[in-house]
Formats: sequence, structure tokens, C-alpha cells
Amino acid sequence: MLFALLVDISYAIMGAGLGAGLAAIGAGVGIGRIGGSAMEAMARQPELANKLQGSMLIIAALVEVIALFAIVICFLISIREA
Amino acid sequence: MSALLNSFRLLFTVALAFLLVSAPAFAQDHEASSHTEDLNVGDVIMNHIKDDHVWHFWDGHYGTWYLPVIVYSSERGLDIFSSRNLFDDHHNYVSYNGYKKEGGRIVLESGTSVLDFSITKNVAMLFINAALLLFIFVKVAGQYKKNPGRAPSGLQSFLEPVILFVRDEVVKPNIGPKYERYLPYMLTLFFFILLGNFLGLLPGAANLTGNIAVTFTLAFFTFLITNFSGNKNYWGHIFWTPGVPLPLRLIILPVEVIGMFTKPFALLIRLFAAITAGHVVILSLLCLAFVFRAYWVGGVASAFVVLISLIELLVAAIQAYVFTLFSSLYIGMAIEEHEHH
Repeated sequence: MLFALLVDISYAIMGAGLGAGLAAIGAGVGIGRIGGSAMEAMARQPELANKLQGSMLIIAALVEVIALFAIVICFLISIREA
Repeated sequence: MSALLNSFRLLFTVALAFLLVSAPAFAQDHEASSHTEDLNVGDVIMNHIKDDHVWHFWDGHYGTWYLPVIVYSSERGLDIFSSRNLFDDHHNYVSYNGYKKEGGRIVLESGTSVLDFSITKNVAMLFINAALLLFIFVKVAGQYKKNPGRAPSGLQSFLEPVILFVRDEVVKPNIGPKYERYLPYMLTLFFFILLGNFLGLLPGAANLTGNIAVTFTLAFFTFLITNFSGNKNYWGHIFWTPGVPLPLRLIILPVEVIGMFTKPFALLIRLFAAITAGHVVILSLLCLAFVFRAYWVGGVASAFVVLISLIELLVAAIQAYVFTLFSSLYIGMAIEEHEHH
């Protein structure tokens, strides 16, 4: 019976949905921490605000790509027809 | 204060113009009569992301550009024909002259595979990208030659800060004193990826830098240049790491060799995932309106799409910058001459 569950495509699609949500959580946590540290650093040294903002955007892009990779995989699963 | 208001007005106008202009060309199901069929969102999105032998702009007689098919096989030799022959009047696939299109590829009816050199959608987009780059930069170079030593004007003044940014912030600090040898490649890489990303965001355009073959080639060039410029220090560090005891060296050896390949692989995956995922998100939001078939959903979805498209512009620029930055970092690590430990 468990094997029948495994080969049922609807559970795979549910898994894809869960995966996309988890990827969103990962991206949120990662970029939130980057933003938080950047805010704190900018508050300590306002004259470096521009440089910090630039680095923050770049590192946010790097973290976001990993989450987007998970989104693409989940999308590919969800459009599969059994 | 009024500067802020002006920039807000400008942003609003730009966003509104983008919203009005970006009416997407959707490949509806080709049975044009029934309007009550459910839209197959997955198919629509995959058709926009994947490469294809035709370039579909809009439904209708003149909306599809049938690109030439160039195939070579040992059975039949070289064959060049328009992809129009592979479709019949109802856009179903037919076989032509022994060739047919199966699963997105062209195969011979006898089952043998062919070498496909066709001008597909992405190849045509690559040519457009290259032609634009050549046109812009030859013009700018000509302007520099015509007015030597004078202040830049026109297109020059638009590109000069960007070129100097790439040279002074990306290439020079990371590659070091011999940066001028690698500067042409870095600048070409940066502007190719930047323009490819921007062009891919236009409605009806092909997904050039989101094609894994294209990003593979770019990462492969970086791999070749890194390893051909490696000096003795670089290869020494990979194969026979100095300063560590002998058993550890044998363990480090396979790790370092794999690391030689994972670095360009990360470049490849990063660019592909960022651009493809951006396109998938935009297309999914637009498809929402067609799934729900309500006007208000269309309005809200379009507003979201405008915001996400602005983010995608930022992502396009950042991914070009990151690719160039990491490429120059790897080349810098390969050619650095440093004191022994």
C-alpha cells in the first residue's frame, strides 16, 4: 500500500508544493539575515552605507539563486503528467 | 523634495508604460474554436522557456517565424530546409523528406539521430544579441577614435561608467597587475550576459541566457582560460599541495581536482537558475489571469508582474556582475604569484 502511495503522482505534486514553500522559507531567512546585518552595520557606520548596500544586494542575489533553483525543480515536478 | 517627487513620477510613468506595452504573446491551444478549454499552464510556460525550431510571436497566419533547419546525418548528408515543412496547416507535426520532429528534436524516420545545426530560436536570439553588441561597441570605439582625448558624448557617456566600473571594481582588483590580457574577455562576458538578460525580458523574446547550453559554453570558456593561464603555483596547489603532510596531500588531491570543475559548474547553474526562474515566475503570474478568467485577477496579476519585472531587471544586472566577478576571481587565483608559505 505504501508503494502504491509512492507511484501516485498526486503525492509528488503535493511534495513539490511543500518544497516550493520550504524554498521560500530558506530564501526569506537567508536574505532577512543579510538585510539585518547590513542594517546594523549601516547604523553603526553611516558613512559606509552605500558600499554596504551594494554588497548586500549582491549577496542577496547569490542566496536567492539557490532558492530559485529549488523553485524550478518544484515547477518541473508539478507539471509532470504521471 | 521636488526631486523625489519627480523621480517618483518618472518611476510611475516607466512602470505604467511597461505595463501597457508588455502584452504577452501567448501560445493558446491551437484548436482555435473552443474557448472553454482549460489552459495547460505547464505547456505554455515550457514552450516559452525551451528552445524551438520556430519562433512563435502571436497566433495567426503571420505570427510565426519558421526558422531554417540544418541537419547532417551520415545517411542523408547535409539537408537544409525551412521548418515550415515540418508542420501541416493545422500545426500538427508531419514528416518531411524522411525527417520528423519528435519530442522537440529532429529525427530521421528510420530512427537514426542526426546532427542538428539548425538556426533555432535561441541561435537566432544569439545572433541578434551579437549583432547589437557589435553595433553598439564598434560605434563607441569609433567615437573614441574620432575624438581622442576629449570628453565623451552620447552613447560613449552612457557606456563609459559601466566599462570603467567593470575594469576598476571587478577585473583590476581581482586579477592583479596582468589584468589587461583578460579585460577584453571580461568585458565581452559582462555585456553579453547583461544584454542577453535584458533582451530575454522583452515580450516575445527567446530565453537566451536561461538556456543551459549557452551558460555551459560561457562557463566552459572561463574554465579554459583559467586553466590555460594557470601558473606553476596554481597547478602545484591542486595536485601537490605544499605545506601539508603527505597523507593529507593524497586526500586533498581528488578534492582539489573536483573543485576545479565545480567552480565553473556553479557559475553555469547560478546564471541558468536565476534567469529561468525569473521567467517562470513572470509567466506563471500572467497565466493566473487565464486560469481564473476574471478581469480583476488580470489587473492584480499584471501589477505583480510589473513589480517582479523591475526586480528581474535588477537580477539581470546582478547576475552579469556576479558571473564576471567570479570569473575574474578564478583567473586571479590561477595567475597569482605569491610568496611560498
